Amino acid sequence: MTGMGWTGRLLLIGVPFLWLALFFLLPLLIVVKISLAQSTIGIPPYTPLLVDHDGGRELHATLANFALITNDDLYLRAYLGSLGNAAMATALCLLIGYPVAYAIARSQGVRRHLLLFLVMLPFWTSFLIRVYAWIAILEPNGLLNQCLIALGLTAAPLPLLNNEFSVELGLVYSYLPFMILPLYGSLSVLDPSLIEAAADLGARPLQGFLGVTLPLTLPGIAAGSLLVLIPALGEFVIPDLLGGPDTLMIGKVLWDEFFNNRDWPVAAAVAVVLVAALAVPLLAAQRFLERGHAA
Amino acid sequence: MALLEIDGASKRFGATTAVDDVSLNVERGAFYALLGPSGCGKTTLLRMIAGFETPDSGRIFIDGIDVTGLPAYARPVNMMFQSYALFPHMDVAGNIAFGLRQERLDRRRIAARVDEMLALVQMSGYARRRPHELSGGQRQRVALARALAKMPKLLLLDAPLAALDRKLRAETRLELTGIQERVGITFLVVTHDQEEALSVASCVAVMDRGRVVQTGAPAEIYERPASRLVADFVGEVNLFEGELTAGFNGLALVVAGFREPVPLPCGTRLPEGAAAALAVRPEKVVLSHAPPAGFAIAATVSSIGYLGGGSIVHLATEQGMALKAYLPGAAASSFGRGAPVWATWPPDEAVVLTQ
Ligand SMILES: Nc1ncnc2c1ncn2[C@@H]1O[C@H](COP(=O)(O)OP(=O)(O)OP(=O)(O)O)[C@@H](O)[C@H]1O
Ligand SMILES: [Mg+2]
Repeated sequence: MTGMGWTGRLLLIGVPFLWLALFFLLPLLIVVKISLAQSTIGIPPYTPLLVDHDGGRELHATLANFALITNDDLYLRAYLGSLGNAAMATALCLLIGYPVAYAIARSQGVRRHLLLFLVMLPFWTSFLIRVYAWIAILEPNGLLNQCLIALGLTAAPLPLLNNEFSVELGLVYSYLPFMILPLYGSLSVLDPSLIEAAADLGARPLQGFLGVTLPLTLPGIAAGSLLVLIPALGEFVIPDLLGGPDTLMIGKVLWDEFFNNRDWPVAAAVAVVLVAALAVPLLAAQRFLERGHAA
Repeated sequence: MALLEIDGASKRFGATTAVDDVSLNVERGAFYALLGPSGCGKTTLLRMIAGFETPDSGRIFIDGIDVTGLPAYARPVNMMFQSYALFPHMDVAGNIAFGLRQERLDRRRIAARVDEMLALVQMSGYARRRPHELSGGQRQRVALARALAKMPKLLLLDAPLAALDRKLRAETRLELTGIQERVGITFLVVTHDQEEALSVASCVAVMDRGRVVQTGAPAEIYERPASRLVADFVGEVNLFEGELTAGFNGLALVVAGFREPVPLPCGTRLPEGAAAALAVRPEKVVLSHAPPAGFAIAATVSSIGYLGGGSIVHLATEQGMALKAYLPGAAASSFGRGAPVWATWPPDEAVVLTQ
């Protein structure tokens, strides 16, 4: 970087920093601010944080919203529901995604490009439309039930939609590419001679996989799992469209607080707690990935 | 019975035939070198022995057992990879122990064996290092220790010294022979460095375009090459092409530029009129300022390269042919660049080649 000068260096660090500050940190601070206010009727529908009082200014902050979401166990159940669904989706994506990524990484030339293209193909259609398509497939008289009845596998339509099954299916379907791509990334740079060396030293295929392939692709597993877990935790569209009356996920609770109850401060508090909870696995994974990088 | 018998093995990749009907016997305890130019199929042959490629035809026997269909993990063979292929997520001890752990030996036996191997390759202080914390030469030693840890019947080494610098290569070459004698394991080494093959091997097979063109002891390969190709690839050589004729005292070769037919080594039996070549090593060439008695060719000195123990003199003949002569010690100092000289050799030191 010599010869670039300090203005160049400042620009190099400054631009992404400014970007993050403007589009990530500032909105987050606004959300934190709202979470400390009280709900009122008006525009905006929350009280100001600083109030003019006797010529001076007073801070009007309250933790009542946080107290509310800790006291009412609806929120806790929603957080746990989200965590359960997201963790399950992550595990299923890993189970399905690993063999797929392995097959792509082992294939050659045009075939490899074609398979990668197929993995990314869903992104060419709107996410919302693809979720609606699943409704058409899973409905009581939808595509799948018609097929099952036509094949004589079931007499009456199966309840495939608006339950835990359809939510899980939607999550796995939507986030699978985010698991496959980082796994493919770490599998494709794995030196094949390492696997041959393991076999040469007497390791059967399974032992070679557990002893060499798996540990060397842990960074890909961690990255893919985070890319699935984090958005799945806050997911709103999938539980809203594919979920049933029993589906309790925090993204949907947040939406309801914000748009149905117009209680911005409580919605903001729910969001702040979610971000704080997500920061923990993120930081842990970051440390892990950095350690793996150094090795 | 030979330890390794390869019987007519062939391997094709699409249009290229990487290994073409190779038959080879490697005796127990040998230090066997596979020598050949880049891309001649050495690695492919080694990979077939290790079990990473299946031959399209032919069979491979180790210790009399047909291993052609056996997977790599079931063969009593270990390989040292061209790129070393050390496991980056394990330390040195972990790498060496990997093969032993597959045999489910108990921990203490494994630890003892790892220490023994580390001592063998003089890396005892490095057990806890990761591969990326080692130099190229140290990685090479760890790779060797890992491949030897299971005491295979046959150790395959793919260009084991190619990644090392020249000085380290010479030292390691000596160590490798020492280690081989100590452990008593048969080594099959791949190399495209002829000096390496000649100096360490007890037996050499020269390969070219997928085929084995000559096998024998290093001295035999060097002194009695079977073809122009082997003569040219193994060491430096001057090749004189000509036509056989009945000479003064047995057969001789008519070569352009010589005042009289060049006599052949005693006992050469070939038909008159056929084309042949004489291969003369640079150290057999004798130079003189005045024309010697008998056959000789006139040339001028184009350059002299000092090699330390002697010099290599490059000559150009009037026919436009480039010759090399090796003169030991300071013998080259009496020849200046551009000086006219005469080149000849003792007839019995040359080799007649028809292939
Ligand atoms: N997997 C493969 N697919 C296609 N062609 C291959 C494959 N492996 C080797 N070849 C070809 O087979 C020939 C022999 O290759 P090989 O690696 O055995 O050469 P080598 O003698 O080991 O060369 P080097 O000294 O450069 O390592 C080459 O022409 C190579 O391009
Ligand atoms: Mg090779």
